[in-house]
Amino acid sequence: MNILEIKDLSKKYPSFELKNVNISLEEGYIMGFIGANGAGKTTTLKSMLNLVHKDTGEVCFFGMSMDQNERQVKHRIGFMFGDSVFYSKRKLKDITDVVQRFYDTWDNEMYQNLMEKFQLDPNKKLEQLSQGMKVKYSITLALSHQAELLILDEPTTGLDPVARDELLELFQELIEDGKRSILFSTHITSDLEKCADYITFIRDGEIVESSTKDDFLEQYRVVRGSKEQLKAVEHELVAYKTNSFGFNGLMRVEFFEKHPELDAAAPSIDDIMIYYAKAVK
Amino acid sequence: MKNIEVATTSKKPIYQQLFEQISSQIIRGELATDTLLPSIRTTAKELRISVITVKKAWDELEQKNFIYTIPGKGCFVSNLTKKDKAQMMEEQILTRLKTHLSYYKTLGLSKEDLIEYIDKYYENL
Repeated sequence: MNILEIKDLSKKYPSFELKNVNISLEEGYIMGFIGANGAGKTTTLKSMLNLVHKDTGEVCFFGMSMDQNERQVKHRIGFMFGDSVFYSKRKLKDITDVVQRFYDTWDNEMYQNLMEKFQLDPNKKLEQLSQGMKVKYSITLALSHQAELLILDEPTTGLDPVARDELLELFQELIEDGKRSILFSTHITSDLEKCADYITFIRDGEIVESSTKDDFLEQYRVVRGSKEQLKAVEHELVAYKTNSFGFNGLMRVEFFEKHPELDAAAPSIDDIMIYYAKAVK
Repeated sequence: MKNIEVATTSKKPIYQQLFEQISSQIIRGELATDTLLPSIRTTAKELRISVITVKKAWDELEQKNFIYTIPGKGCFVSNLTKKDKAQMMEEQILTRLKTHLSYYKTLGLSKEDLIEYIDKYYENL
């Protein structure tokens, strides 16, 4: 079953537009949501949760329409945004006390176990926690109300490599039983090379690609060739760079098949993002 | 079961690395008939790779008859005769030889040249 299904979501601001966003995610998988700063990641996540109003489109969670079942749906989702500092001067135990009242599904034993596991001190104030600990606290709250879907906006930003690795390991642990899914945005693509099952790539408010990570990478080749060769293929490249030897560029695989004369390598997620950033629309 | 190592920096797709390492363990008999493989999701978590990647490797192992699935129980190592194993080994060698030979041929090497290289280096590499 699709735990999340977004159809043709659009939202227009004076200077930015989210255009016909389509995303779906099955139960039991991790989806990485990537794109440059300002590409529309946070807006997409917030509009699917009705935290900002969408103009058109349909969002379904767990097979239920978000607009008609918002309360029910939100019980089963845990979300975290960088800017939603709840009460930074309050102690964790006081915040928890408020949060748990919203949920009939609150599991206090689970909560205690997770606080212990993550070594979170209930008497500390939220503002005293490191970035990594804040993310863990958010996850603790989400899991304690038995969320089946975690939506996290840039959870790894600001973490050192060790804390980031720990968090990604936790993500994989959380989906191991196949019952939960995680959707998280990031611009650190190494977060995704390993653990992500699906990748959704957004650029200027439009989804470029939303597929399994392997399919995503297999759709492109980084090609290189001489300046003469460039003339023949220029219009088929997403973008390219020239140097004194010739050129390097990104090409979709269906075009590449027509050009066995070009040298090609498999791209990294970074390669794809970087070439798209150079591409003229 | 021996440890499995995957490298994201390798040019070879991760599922391919997994497939090659497990299939060669089966061919060499290090993984005995009817051994239960760890579940797809546990393997993904332990090796820190995606669930879909492991699924793809397990699918390929099953498709090439290295393993069989009992629904609800998991994947097990197939019962392979010596002849099966020899045949599987030959198939794997053939796949590699194809890529290597086509490279040597672009360099213009003859069969005799290659044999000379093998004689020179086989013991030391």
